[in-house]
Amino acid sequence: MNDDSPVSADASADSPADGQEDDQLLPQLVAHLREHRTKLRQEWASRIRDAHLLDAMTPQEMSAETTSVYDNYVEVLETGSVEALQHYARDLSERIIPRGVETQEVVGIVLLLRDVLARSLFEKYQRDFRLLNRVLDAYEPAANRIANTVAVSFVDERERVIRQQQDAIQELSTPVLPVRERLLILPIIGVLDRERARQLTEQLLTGIRTHRARVVVMDITGAPNVDEAVANHLVQTVDASRLMGASVIITGVSPEIAQTLVTIGVDLSKMNTIGDLQGGLEEAERLLGYTVNRQDGAADQS
Amino acid sequence: MNTPALVSILRQGHYLIASIHTALDDSQMIRFQQDLIEQIGHHRSRGVIIDVAALDVLDSFGSLSLRNIAEMARLRGALTVIVGVQPDVAFAMVELGMGTGSVHTALDLEEGLVYLESRVANAVTDMTLGISG
Repeated sequence: MNDDSPVSADASADSPADGQEDDQLLPQLVAHLREHRTKLRQEWASRIRDAHLLDAMTPQEMSAETTSVYDNYVEVLETGSVEALQHYARDLSERIIPRGVETQEVVGIVLLLRDVLARSLFEKYQRDFRLLNRVLDAYEPAANRIANTVAVSFVDERERVIRQQQDAIQELSTPVLPVRERLLILPIIGVLDRERARQLTEQLLTGIRTHRARVVVMDITGAPNVDEAVANHLVQTVDASRLMGASVIITGVSPEIAQTLVTIGVDLSKMNTIGDLQGGLEEAERLLGYTVNRQDGAADQS
Repeated sequence: MNTPALVSILRQGHYLIASIHTALDDSQMIRFQQDLIEQIGHHRSRGVIIDVAALDVLDSFGSLSLRNIAEMARLRGALTVIVGVQPDVAFAMVELGMGTGSVHTALDLEEGLVYLESRVANAVTDMTLGISG
């Protein structure tokens, strides 16, 4: 590290002098780390505890994970191949992400291990600065690569999970449901962003055609506030549905959305709105000529 | 016309059914407009259905012409309904701010006939009531 930079210049100048070849350094280093495995691993684990990282794990899990990470770490130093580590890091991420472990925690523990091992190297080689310098030259790039690999694997895994969830949300997001002949309902739940609004329009318009709908009840009870672009998009969707011969009844407009719609000044004269979904269905049935009669005593029979 | 018909105008009872088979350019649109308005008087039609199901695009001149045709048809005593607007066309029209104005639209030919049946029958009934009362 930087503490011994004054010596680093002449260290590289006459490095063969002390009789140790560079390519022997790493094996030597690995042997050292293997030899003191238990002690170093425990020191690392205690530093993780002190830093309150990975609090979501039980002490047993922690002990198992730190052992495998340590072994993987040393193996990468030995072989220089990060493939096995990559695999392990992905696997580990898959297990710990659902438990709310953050990126900074994962990076934190790897940097702690890097630090613990570096300190042990300092201790071992402190009498010979030139040798220490060369050991660190061999150790640092490998250690950096390991930290990098673990962090990237973790973030990759997290992004994969996010993508998967996004796909799931998208699939579930805009169901167009026929409730009676010629009558569709379209419940909208959750935040409506641009992409979802576009998808909603597409599904609704094709739904109108395939179900030959004449009335659509669009229920936005479950939608929080919408922004101006999305509000305009909804109005356009209503207009487009009308062009396809279906009238749209909007139900469940929250006070916030009502204010948004009026404030942005969209033309609402053609919007048919009814307070709640029940009222909307009743109005739709009236438009389509359905009458619903309750049979006397039907409720008592069940 | 020597070329295959771009639009067919068929008579069905009191109604005229005009199917547009392909995208029309401006002059073809005007020709169609003239033909249709003329035929309304010729057949003493009470309703017009314009079927645009075959169109995958409808430009601003096209939709303006359809609105004009509907207005002219009204003056000639026929009610117009536009049918068969495709989902993509519908949304594109709305995005570009070209609606069909006050002209009624319906899903397809069948729905269009149902609509005319209800509206034109009412008109006839109203008239009858007017005479008897």
